[in-house]
Parts: sequence; structure tokens; C-alpha cells
Amino acid sequence: MATEMPLLAVENLCVSFRTDGGVVPAVSGVSFSVERREILGVVGESGSGKSQTLLAIMGLINSPNAIVTGSVRFLGQEMLGLKRRALDAIRGRQVAMVFQDPMTALTPVHTIGDQIIEQIRAHESLSRGAARRRAVELLDAVGLPSPESAVDRYPHQLSGGMRQRAVIAMALSCNPALLIADEPTTALDVTVQAQILELIGRLRDSFGSAVILVTHDLGVVAEVADRVMVMYAGRVVEEGGKGQLFREPLHPYSWGLFGSIPPMHGPRPARLTAIPGSPPKLSQMPQGCAFGPRCGFRHEACAAQPSLGSAGGHRSACFLPREGRHELRRTLAGGVPA
Amino acid sequence: MSETKPPPLVRTSELSKHYPVGRSPLQRRIVHAVEQVSLEIFPGETLGIVGESGCGKSTLGRCLVRLTDITSGTLEFAGRDITRASQRQLRPVRRQMQMVFQDPSASLNPRRRVGDLLADPFRVHEKLSRSEMADRVEDLLVRVELLPEHAQRFPHEFSGGQRQRIGIARALALRPQLIVADEPVSALDVSIQAQIINLLADLRDALKLTYVFIAHDLSVVRQFSSRVAVMYLGSIVETGPVDAVFSSPRHHYTAALRSAVPVPDVDNRPAQRIVLKGDLPSPLDPPSGCRFHTRCVAATSLCRYERPVLSFVDTNHLVACHHPRAG
Repeated sequence: MATEMPLLAVENLCVSFRTDGGVVPAVSGVSFSVERREILGVVGESGSGKSQTLLAIMGLINSPNAIVTGSVRFLGQEMLGLKRRALDAIRGRQVAMVFQDPMTALTPVHTIGDQIIEQIRAHESLSRGAARRRAVELLDAVGLPSPESAVDRYPHQLSGGMRQRAVIAMALSCNPALLIADEPTTALDVTVQAQILELIGRLRDSFGSAVILVTHDLGVVAEVADRVMVMYAGRVVEEGGKGQLFREPLHPYSWGLFGSIPPMHGPRPARLTAIPGSPPKLSQMPQGCAFGPRCGFRHEACAAQPSLGSAGGHRSACFLPREGRHELRRTLAGGVPA
Repeated sequence: MSETKPPPLVRTSELSKHYPVGRSPLQRRIVHAVEQVSLEIFPGETLGIVGESGCGKSTLGRCLVRLTDITSGTLEFAGRDITRASQRQLRPVRRQMQMVFQDPSASLNPRRRVGDLLADPFRVHEKLSRSEMADRVEDLLVRVELLPEHAQRFPHEFSGGQRQRIGIARALALRPQLIVADEPVSALDVSIQAQIINLLADLRDALKLTYVFIAHDLSVVRQFSSRVAVMYLGSIVETGPVDAVFSSPRHHYTAALRSAVPVPDVDNRPAQRIVLKGDLPSPLDPPSGCRFHTRCVAATSLCRYERPVLSFVDTNHLVACHHPRAG
């Protein structure tokens, strides 16, 4: 039993907001799980609900107009609706979060060291000196050069990549079992991004953490993830192992995403197979499959909401017959590498 | 073929742009944003400029259309020296060169209708009747695959991708020869990015445009450009045909940049990733000699003292390195 239990199990998570124009759904019926030491990549464009999903998991949606339903169990314990104090025993200690902009997690008026020390001492009874030594070790572990002096620096004295490392060091300070990272490299240059991705890969090896990595960049996912979940308009449209999803994506939206990215190898296509139109507004969600209006393979069945199918393996929320989908994908303009 | 090459549309020679920073004269220091850049851009080609933040690529773009004054060196447009041209002298030239920005919203007045915004260039540069103007605006909207009735709407009624289309329409209004696009797709979602790249490519073919395409995303630049220039700390370190530069980079920085791009492919992984040490040095206090020597795997003492100049390693392929990689 204990070995069967996933680290994190999210079931039928829904987030919606009451607005002047009625209730607007941001996340609709999202279910997934994360195993220990697993890196799950969550891909989606703006408005796909990926960030709201993370915030809901962390209990960070505080708006009085938000409605969050479903279930989020961490090691079997339900986190939704937990009291602040009980939540804080998990948040920061067992589950930590890193955001796109490191300055959202750092205050400009304290040194990096002080902020990490505060974080450690909030969760563990450690002397200041011991906490400081731990802070230096952490900064060293995330690859900050000369950690003994970096610990006394203020955030503005560090570059963007350094700050993101400092925030990751802070997130790691209590050896979390799960690290949730929301676009952690989006604001960084590619060479710095490569350093941070390498660091995230190393986290699992040296700290044994599982990671949920949210990004809009399929390249980043290919780089570090074990499993991938693609979101569109508040729903999971495809989920599978990285190899399966990258070699034989099943959902037409995933096909469109892959076709939209210019290749770095081989011949350059004359045109990219862009997805026509734009994602639906949350307040004007189409009936049935939300991707329908932009989909080249829409048919009668798509007037209903496709389900993702049973958990495990490679699944997609699409009515197209599973057999022959790869051949269908080839018919898309621009073609697909064989 | 190269014998019949037309004269370049844009030519810069040792173009530099320095900014003073710091409030009081005692604290004043100089940022060398662009350092001695010499390049030629030929009609109909697309020159991609890549580099990381702070490398000076945007400043260079702004210099090329004289949106900012040039500290030293020269800038020629269509054979004419416009390095020090006054605003009045520049006016006829401005019609020929336009800019597309990363964030179109910042350049669209939220209180004016799109049709009105698109008519501005005509009001300034051409004497047109009201109905001629409306026709031209309609043409522009159709050109960028929007609808004529969109002229009546306000900028906020459009999505990010549509707003960028409006930004492009405005740049096209006066039928320019040169468009400098500074990160035109980097604020957009991938699926929308592809639409805009396709649109820019269609316009290039239909209107015989010359582009300078500034971007940090190498795959986008590879898709869209014929030639590419790689910048590091204000200087061009490598330039050449896109395929040559990206498939066999000769500068160690280009190689590192190239290998750092995450590829959405699980089977064709790059052989080995070159992870650069440390951070980009401050442009306030750039390293001596070769600007890249502090992070370079092949640096020798020569690189610390002597700055390499761009020199040919192949036809049209130049690199500024004392110890270039094997081709």
C-alpha cells in the first residue's frame, strides 16, 4: 500500500472564478499524479490553466471569488481546504515552489543568506549559525560561485540566473519531496537556462526530489521531463511518457504545437504548420472540445466533451480513432518528419 | 553570382553606440552598447541578429533606423550617409525604413481606433483624401490577414497576435524597403508565433522586403533568416549564412549558444552540451582583449590582450576569434 501511493495525486481539480460576466472556468477536471523522483513536464500556452493548477495545488488561490473543487492529496493527505497552519507544515517544507520571476520570492531589503536562513528556521529548529552553514552549502549545491560571499549579497547584486539559483536554493532548503517550478527559465537567456535545467536534473539525483515543471517550451520538456502533460483551455488534452509523446503525439493540438516550432536540424520548412486562430477566451468557451474551432480534424463527435481516458500510459482527449492517427498527422500541411 | 551583387541597402562601418550611465559627473561611466559593428545588408535578404540580453542587438537595430544617435562610425542607407542626418533630412528616408517592436501594445494608443492609428503614417507623409486613406487602411488590414471592419475597433479588443499584426501593418503603411523587427514574436505563444513568422515571410516575398530580424530565439532566426550575425557584448563575433553558422559554428560562443538551445526532439539530441561558465560580464566593465575570453574554453593569453577582428573562414563566413573551431 505504502509503496503504491503516489507522491501527489490530483483528482478532478476545478478552478473557476466568479466574475461580472458569470462563472469563468480556468481549470476543468484536471487529474494526474506524480511519483517520487519523477519529473513531470506540464506544457501549455497562456490561459491553458497550467499556472492556476499549480497555485491550486499549493493552496495559493486566495481570491474570495475563486471556487476550487476536487482533490489534491500529498502522500495521501488531502491538501484542499486544509487550514493555513496545517498547510504550512507541508508547504515550503515538503512541497516547495519556484516562480518565473525570482524577485517574487525574494525581498530586496534582506541578504540572500538571511532569507534562506529564515526559511530554514521557520521549518526546523536549527541555530542561526547552523542554518547559515546550511545556506552556504545550498548556494554551493545550486552552483552559485563563491557561496561564502554570495550569502551576504542582496538580490540586486546578483544577475537573473544567480537569483533564480538562490530561489531554488531556498526552495531546497528543507529537502522537499516535491518541487513545483512555474516557468523557472522563461525569463533567462538560453545559456543560463541550460545551467538551470542541468541543475533541475541534478536535483532529483542528489536531493531525490520530484519536480513538476511548467513551461510553454517543448524543448525544455524534452530536456528534463520523464512524463509530459499537455494542457489546453483548462483541460489536460494529452498525457504520456516523454518518448511516446514526442515520437507519436496523439492530440491534434500537440501536433500543432510541434509544427509551430521551427526545427534546429535538417531542412527548413517553407512554412510552419501554425495552428489557426487563437485559444478561446475562458468566458466564451466553445461547446464540446475546446480545441474544435482550431482543429483541422473536427467532426460531429467533437460537439461533445472528449474525455482523457483511463489513467496510465499514453492518453489523449480526442474522438479521432486511435489507430491511424499518426497517418492523419502526416496529412497536415508542412508535413511531419518521417 | 557574387559579381552581380547589387549594392547594399544598408552599410555600417565601425558603428558604435555608447551610453553614459550614472547621475553625477563623478559617477558617470560609459556603456559600450555597440562596438565597431561593420555590416552590409543587401536588398531582399533577411539578416538575423542573435545574442543574449545585453549584447547590444536591440541598440544596433535602433541605430540602423536612426532611432538613436550614433556615437561613432558611419551608417549608409541606399548609398547615402545618414550617420549625422538631421531629423528633417531623415524624414524622406524614414519612409523607407520601419521598425516592428516586441510589444505592439506599447506603440498603439489605447484611445484611438485601429483605422485611425494606421492612417497616421499617411497623414504625416502623404496628402491623401479621406476615402483614399480609408482604402489604404483597408488594404493594410487585409495584407496582414485582418478584416476591413477591424479598423473600427480599439487595440484592447485584439489578441496579442492580432496586435502584432497591427504593428506590422503600420510598419508596412509607407511601403518601406527595410523593416527592422526587434523580437517581433517573443511575447507570443508558440502557435501564434508560427502564424506571425509565416506572415512576415509571405510579406517578404510579396513586397520584396529586406529585414533585419533581431531575436534571442535561435530556432526562429534559423527559420526566418538568410544570413545571421551573432553578437556578444556589443560586437559581432560571427556572421555568415544561417546554415553554415548554426550547423558548423566557428566561434566558441556561437557553439555554446547553439548547444544551449533545448530541442523538442527526444531522438536527435545534440551530441554534447557546452555549458558556459559564469555570467555575462557587465558591459560597463567589459573584459580586455577578446570580450569572450573569460568564458571561453579555448582562451589563451593572446585572447586576454589582443582583440580579434572579424576575418573570413569561408566564403561569406566571418569570425572574430584567435582560435576558431574547426569547420
